[in-house]
Amino acid sequence: MTKTATAATEPSDDRPLIRLRRITKVYGTGDAEVRALRGIDMDIRGGEFVAIMGPSGSGKSTAMNILGFLDKPTDGTYLFGGAEVDHLGRDQLALLRRNFLGFVFQGYNLLARTSALDNVELPLIYQGMAAAKRRQLAREALAKVGLKGREDHDPSQLSGGQQQRVAIARAIVTNPDVILADEPTGNLDTARSREIMDLLTNLNRKDGITILMVTHEPDMADYADRLIHFVDGRIETDTSSTREPADAL
Amino acid sequence: MLYEAVRLALQAILRNAFRSFLTVLGIVIGVAAVIAMVTVGQGSTEQVQADVSTLGTNLLMIRPGQPSQGPGSGAGGTAASLTLKDVEAVEEQIPSVAVATPSNSRSMTTIFGNVNTTTTVTGTDNRFLIARDWALASGRSFYESELRTGSSACILGNTVREKLFGNGDPLGASIRLKQISCRVIGTLAVKGASSFGTDQDDIVLIPIRAFMRRISGNQDISMIYASIREGVSTDKGKADIESLMRERRRIGPFEDDDFNVFDMKQISSMLTGITSVLTGLLSAVAAVSLLVGGIGIMNIMLVSVTERTREIGIRLAVGATERQVLLQFLVEATVLSLIGGLIGIVLGLSLGLLGARMLSVPFSPSASLVLAAFVFSALVGIVFGYFPARRAARMDPIEALRHQ
Repeated sequence: MTKTATAATEPSDDRPLIRLRRITKVYGTGDAEVRALRGIDMDIRGGEFVAIMGPSGSGKSTAMNILGFLDKPTDGTYLFGGAEVDHLGRDQLALLRRNFLGFVFQGYNLLARTSALDNVELPLIYQGMAAAKRRQLAREALAKVGLKGREDHDPSQLSGGQQQRVAIARAIVTNPDVILADEPTGNLDTARSREIMDLLTNLNRKDGITILMVTHEPDMADYADRLIHFVDGRIETDTSSTREPADAL
Repeated sequence: MLYEAVRLALQAILRNAFRSFLTVLGIVIGVAAVIAMVTVGQGSTEQVQADVSTLGTNLLMIRPGQPSQGPGSGAGGTAASLTLKDVEAVEEQIPSVAVATPSNSRSMTTIFGNVNTTTTVTGTDNRFLIARDWALASGRSFYESELRTGSSACILGNTVREKLFGNGDPLGASIRLKQISCRVIGTLAVKGASSFGTDQDDIVLIPIRAFMRRISGNQDISMIYASIREGVSTDKGKADIESLMRERRRIGPFEDDDFNVFDMKQISSMLTGITSVLTGLLSAVAAVSLLVGGIGIMNIMLVSVTERTREIGIRLAVGATERQVLLQFLVEATVLSLIGGLIGIVLGLSLGLLGARMLSVPFSPSASLVLAAFVFSALVGIVFGYFPARRAARMDPIEALRHQ
């Protein structure tokens, strides 16, 4: 990759963490063909908090799956940290998810009948970390989301908000660059939603974790610095709020 | 990673403890059947070998009947019986025979006072003790006069003595063999159990003439024991006896024998043969059972993989590789199968112990068999767990996470 003249003066700002170019995604063939993404260009710098909105079927979930290395684009270029990742195989994508990403889902997606601590440890197990170190990091992550003392609770013993906190702890325990949150407050009441959003905002501001969040609720999108609106497989609007992203300060 | 996989597998198995148990039942039964049968078979073989040495390898048995019949079968239908003359001829006319003795046996109830027990009453003479290398524990053997007249004197085996007299002294006492009254003149030394649970000490010896007159009511001899002289091969002794018997029974050169001469080696190899056929048959049954057990494991693992689709999705999302998921389910199937194998081993050894006790043969578990059962059940788990595990590993994480 050639360095540009501006890169010499501002090297970190010029190269985005995530760069999508002409990303398309087509499901099925022939008459059943569905063009979920029709050419997406997107640059996301490290430390941004981005909300993604759009009607259902607009391609925002497909975009999130591709951004989260869960799916591969049909065509186009995906650079993550400057490296091309759109051609990688299943296991290489798994390694990227393991080392750089954290996921937060609408339905929490915790392992049932498994303690909060064990749930949070899960990504570390696949990293091959030793048990004692794992325990320690998982405890720290749970403490960070305000669940100190709930380590041994099963998901069934926790409220929705608490379960989502466990999920966030699981997402941050690997110290990821990016958290992908798919309607993280979709199953929660307003008060609980605000707590979760405050938590995510904190992680963004204090730890510099980049957050990509799909949401239906404008109130929740307001927490983000930047709002990307999807319609019909294309980005319709991309607006940044006045506030500067965390690591640009 | 493997340790983690085993821990996860145990968690998953215990979560559905009852279903897991039913799943491995096939393996349990297969392994238990093999272990129990082989253990008992092994014990029986050892017992037979031990018997051969207690009976003496120089002992031959002559019975009337077709050669195809074994020593356990009754006297041949049409073949003429043996007689006391045959016994004398075998002993006196064949130099390689040291002693020959008749042996007629019948199972009878013996009574002393208010105690009764069923035992084997054998009509014979003093040479029986020589041929069977059996010592007296107390008292004396038969007098010549007792043998000649067939008077009612009897020598008790140790088991009968214990049952009828306990710690009391039986010598001189009078016991009843059904309607016959009989004076105890001696007791035999302990000989021990024989193949397949025959207690050799459960015996009462009476003079052969007494047996003929008062029990069987005829002059027939059902078996002759002939002991071969030291230094002469049993094959030579056997050939000598056969040619003498053919002559005495006037069997033409082209006719088949209508009597049988067994040596203990033959009996031993025959019993060992039966044992190995049985073992082979059961191993086949067990193999089928293990196959069915393996299919059961595959079935339940497939159900489990489908049920846990969402869990697999979560694991893939947080960064599990295909290999890690494959390993997890493969280990789970293998651990499940191994648990079945272990239960089967314990059950099989217990049944083997029980069977050995019931047949009064030695309990001889084989370490290599237990190891083989262990390895085999692990193999069943790996082989039948592979397909479900691969299905889990190849799931699409997005589809899996969407699964309800």
